[in-house]
Amino acid sequence: MTQMDDMTTGATPILQVRDLTINFGPVQAVNRASFDIMPGQTLGLVGQSGSGKTTTGRAVLQLLRASSGSVKLLGEELTGMNGGRLRAMRRHMQFVLQNPYSSLHPRMTIGQTLAEPLQVHRSVPADQVAGRVAELLETVSMDPGIVHRYPHEFSGGQRQRIVIARALAVNPDFVVCDEPVSALDVRTQAQIVNLLQSLQQKLGLSYLFIAHDLAIVREVADRVAVMYSGQIVEIGDTEQVYRAPRHPYTRMLLDAVPVPDPALQRERLRRAPPDLRFDTGHDGIGACCFGEDHVRTGTAPLHEIAKGHSVSCRFIPGNALDSAAGA
Amino acid sequence: MSSADKLLKVTNLTAEIVTRRETIRAVRGISFDIARGEAVGFVGESGCGKSVTARALMRLAAEGSRIALGGSVEFQGSDLLRISETEMRDVRGRKIAMVFQDPMTSLNPVMTIGAQVDDMIMRHLGLPPKAARDRTVELLEQVGIPNARLRANDHPHQFSGGMRQRVLIAIAISCDPDLLIADEPTTALDVTVQAQILRLLMRLREERGMSLMLITHDFGVVAGMVERVNVMYGGSIVESGPVDAIFASPEHDYTRALLEAVPRLDLEEISR
Repeated sequence: MTQMDDMTTGATPILQVRDLTINFGPVQAVNRASFDIMPGQTLGLVGQSGSGKTTTGRAVLQLLRASSGSVKLLGEELTGMNGGRLRAMRRHMQFVLQNPYSSLHPRMTIGQTLAEPLQVHRSVPADQVAGRVAELLETVSMDPGIVHRYPHEFSGGQRQRIVIARALAVNPDFVVCDEPVSALDVRTQAQIVNLLQSLQQKLGLSYLFIAHDLAIVREVADRVAVMYSGQIVEIGDTEQVYRAPRHPYTRMLLDAVPVPDPALQRERLRRAPPDLRFDTGHDGIGACCFGEDHVRTGTAPLHEIAKGHSVSCRFIPGNALDSAAGA
Repeated sequence: MSSADKLLKVTNLTAEIVTRRETIRAVRGISFDIARGEAVGFVGESGCGKSVTARALMRLAAEGSRIALGGSVEFQGSDLLRISETEMRDVRGRKIAMVFQDPMTSLNPVMTIGAQVDDMIMRHLGLPPKAARDRTVELLEQVGIPNARLRANDHPHQFSGGMRQRVLIAIAISCDPDLLIADEPTTALDVTVQAQILRLLMRLREERGMSLMLITHDFGVVAGMVERVNVMYGGSIVESGPVDAIFASPEHDYTRALLEAVPRLDLEEISR
């Protein structure tokens, strides 16, 4: 899997995931996922519900034990790390979840919610907690005067800002954002995405940005990994994946995104969905769109088709020129 | 458009939601019409009054509240705001049907899928149980549920979100309504499933000559689906017009802001 390492900059990735596998009983939820995230960068992880993207995020944060594989944050191996050391590492990694209505405690004031991580991690002396809470609220463009109020008094977008402030409380290096905007209106989505981007620039954060909305991922991600049925089937720089998607599943996902152009969108809805079968078995089709019976042969491992761009389909050849230019 | 083509004509509709604590003026005097076979989009953000408008047409209030309505809703020769509750019951489901956002909570978890569709058909069309089940299977097939006769015996939790939304659409079209109101029908779903549901709504509308009122916060969703759009803000319609014109040259600042917020893919290869 070394072909996925970033060889251009020589910088060390903040997060290195290798062959991450998670089994739920007989079900393989994640199958040998490997990716890197460079400091200050965002990896978008896209796929349908049930594809394993949330499970991957949880396993990276050690909220879920991996069956095998390695997760290194800041060079430290997290899998198998014991309680005390892991708790110390948690200061570096935080998460922002989808539903801002359920991820804030309804009976805790905003001030209590934001003070809690500061007290748990003892990141600031007790007499400075209030000051830090106010500072956090300002960071996410909220009025520091709201500390005595409760979550139900705020809109979805405001709550998501508070959730982000809580994630930032301990000065993390890395944040897993799991569908952070999918429960919000489009305009609020844009505001939260802008906030996440400006915080990234200001604080040098790295994100694993999990979403099913490919259009939003395009705006935030430097690199994108496409997950299908627990496996990464395509990974590359955002421009590579969106400009020249190669795996049939990626193409199907992109084809499904509505385009805000009535004439074009009308034509796309009218057209039969493209024949981009990438899987076989459950619907009785004998082969994928390239004629391969994956039930028998399994999914091919990722292979590089251009520098930094890999797919798990043996029918998509690498471009000799691209590889030569990259090497 | 001649008035004969008009299926629905709403004039100066107001809706106040009355709860124990407060009264909210959710819809503040809006007028619009929908022609027979036409699809009209209602676009706006949470709290703009678009869902309350839909509920007002059906005379439905959310649980724990009462809804006070004003204005008129002319539908097939009668004013829906003035007919009796008994007459209204005949309109609901049979002439105007509705599909809601959340396919999880709109189905009864302890009844099989088939029984829920049967129920609707028996109640509204007066068919005996066996004939109703045949009709149910036919409907489930029409909305693209494979092995419909077998799957009809499953419970909602055995269906995916997209499949549940298909079931709700099957229930909604079971009595051949003249108007289908779809309130954020794809918001809870994956993009690929969203595309399938939009294609399904488009096909059903064409096959049945049904009118469609499509409510969403996302301009991307209405783009290919409707002929006209009403943009709502603060309980009022702030802009309305043909969908192509609104996308090409939005007049109102709010419409422009909503359009600009839709993330764009700008694909070359795929969109052709």
